[in-house]
Amino acid sequence: MKAEEAFPEQSLAPWVPVVGLEIHAQISSNSKLFSGSQVQFAAPPNSLVSFFDASLPGTLPVLNRRCVEAAVMTGLALNCSINKKSLFDRKHYFYADLPAGYQITQQRVPIAVNGSLSYSLCIDNKMSQMVTKTVRIKQIQLEQDSGKSLHDDTRSQTLIDLNRAGVGLMEVVMEPDMCCGEEAAAAVRELQLILQTLGSSQAVMAEGQLRVDANVSVHHPGEPYGVRTEVKNINSIRFLAKAVDYEIQRQIEELENGGTILNETRAFDSKLGCTVPMRDKEGKQDYRFMPEPNLPPLILYDAKSLPANMNHQQVVNIDWIHKRLPDLPSVKRAKLVEQYGILPEHSFTLLNEDGLAEFFENVVKQTQMKPKKVIGWIIKDLLSHLKQHSLTVKESPVSSFLLADLLNLLVKKDISSTAAKQVLAELWKGEGKTPLEIVKEKKLGLIQDQKELEQICQAVIDRQENEVMAIKSGNQKVLNKLIGLVQRETQGRSNAVLVRQILEKKLSE
Amino acid sequence: MWALRLCRGLRAVPVPPVRALRSAVPPRPAWQHGEPRPGPQQQVTAEVLGQLEHLALVDFRDAEGVERLQKAIRFADQLREVNTDGVEPMDSVLEDRCLYLREDDVTEGNCTEELLKNAREKVEEYFVAPPGNIPLPKVEDQETFLQGS
Repeated sequence: MKAEEAFPEQSLAPWVPVVGLEIHAQISSNSKLFSGSQVQFAAPPNSLVSFFDASLPGTLPVLNRRCVEAAVMTGLALNCSINKKSLFDRKHYFYADLPAGYQITQQRVPIAVNGSLSYSLCIDNKMSQMVTKTVRIKQIQLEQDSGKSLHDDTRSQTLIDLNRAGVGLMEVVMEPDMCCGEEAAAAVRELQLILQTLGSSQAVMAEGQLRVDANVSVHHPGEPYGVRTEVKNINSIRFLAKAVDYEIQRQIEELENGGTILNETRAFDSKLGCTVPMRDKEGKQDYRFMPEPNLPPLILYDAKSLPANMNHQQVVNIDWIHKRLPDLPSVKRAKLVEQYGILPEHSFTLLNEDGLAEFFENVVKQTQMKPKKVIGWIIKDLLSHLKQHSLTVKESPVSSFLLADLLNLLVKKDISSTAAKQVLAELWKGEGKTPLEIVKEKKLGLIQDQKELEQICQAVIDRQENEVMAIKSGNQKVLNKLIGLVQRETQGRSNAVLVRQILEKKLSE
Repeated sequence: MWALRLCRGLRAVPVPPVRALRSAVPPRPAWQHGEPRPGPQQQVTAEVLGQLEHLALVDFRDAEGVERLQKAIRFADQLREVNTDGVEPMDSVLEDRCLYLREDDVTEGNCTEELLKNAREKVEEYFVAPPGNIPLPKVEDQETFLQGS
């Protein structure tokens, strides 16, 4: 029997997964999108609610200028065209945490369209092999957030907190240009860094400031896209990768077993690591979009279109915002690589932790050590210490000043790098001692006395007859063992280069 | 006094006939509210009914409810009678106005007690709502009801 007969052709063709993302980013602003109530995470329930947010009759929306500027800034950073005229619409759905029964959004003409986002990811988990990919941004729209529901299953009731109701959101819609969880995760991470750099959103996923929905489908090459599912409830980047990969695998298995994919909304269960259908969102939703009658079109200006005698408080000037955009993460990375001669992958690590790049630059400024060497101390020692104790860079007990001080001792050959590591461990305790004090107290300084060092070397040579024989018969590699023994003997307080010289000299005698 | 005279003055001016000629509104009503409407009637199927109930959380489950819905559709259908050929659509009478932009200052909130006065039920500082959307009977059950009515 031939292979083609044993397996239908379809199951032999590879599946092509297609992933698109819809990302809601809460705008970082003092007050809400259409009302003057405060935006704050974890405030007492219903304390940040105006009559408009609770949708009491007779209230009207008044647009927050800061939210418009944040969306324009984000649009420009994502290479979008900014629509000089955008429109607001009502999207209707019935839910207890949406008191008006509709959300004000931008369905027909959003504030920004047709952008792109470049992101990098490493191949086979190797930091040294990075590829850059691009995902198209379909649009960015301004819209209101909903309130929060707390479900009390035992008493069969839902508690409603409207503090979040009406907070400004930017919905970033990405085209389905990704094909796996890792790509989706890398794209979202880059977007998160961009938003945080701009300050347009704090984008902390754990606080719901950045929420991701993933649209996933699979098809055979050359065929139209398959039926897609939407995965919601993804609240970390790691879970995003897991949820997308799980959903791709589930769809492939379902189709290969002769099943069909339903166009449904699924939720990611982080405990079980799988996606499950969402009960209350079943069936096709009819959002009954209609133009928002209470808000005229939003008009933005540029240098050319700006009318002469217009109240500047009523003007959002695209060109003005463009000029003031900060360096984006990709530009910052390129600058770090160029200025300090560090590896590209190290620039990624530096930007991946909030404040780490600044910490690195501060250390470089205060030490004579070459930046290329400083980066090793930052990434291998400082960062791993921080990770071990789950601390942020800002919480580091070792300041950039202290680390620079320590590295200077190393540069001046006052201590060995082994000793420097011991000093760093002491500094970590945060007892307020300087590196020099610790070196003196723990007697970690390099043995400066040539005679003392020679005596120690001689003692090691006398004890290791076999090794000495091996070296003398030509096996130079064994010399490293002797150097190691001297280091141990001196508790890391000897200069390895010097020790090698002494040993070589003594052995050739 | 001045305003009143102005008003009277305006009323005295005859309306130019040009506007009436161009009007898209037919001069005579095509049908009266309550009469059976000429042209195709929107049929309310059990499926449409189910979807509407789900969306609006309104119960149509009696003959009166269905009749009320059909009347509402007939009423709204009058809009189709208006000839809008060549008329540019508009979203709102405000659409050529400036959209006022507010400074990002906190000026409202902190009125939990006052807000919760409107709540029928509350727990601590929370509004209390039913658990999720009210579950409705499946479409099949409604079909038997519709056939029965």
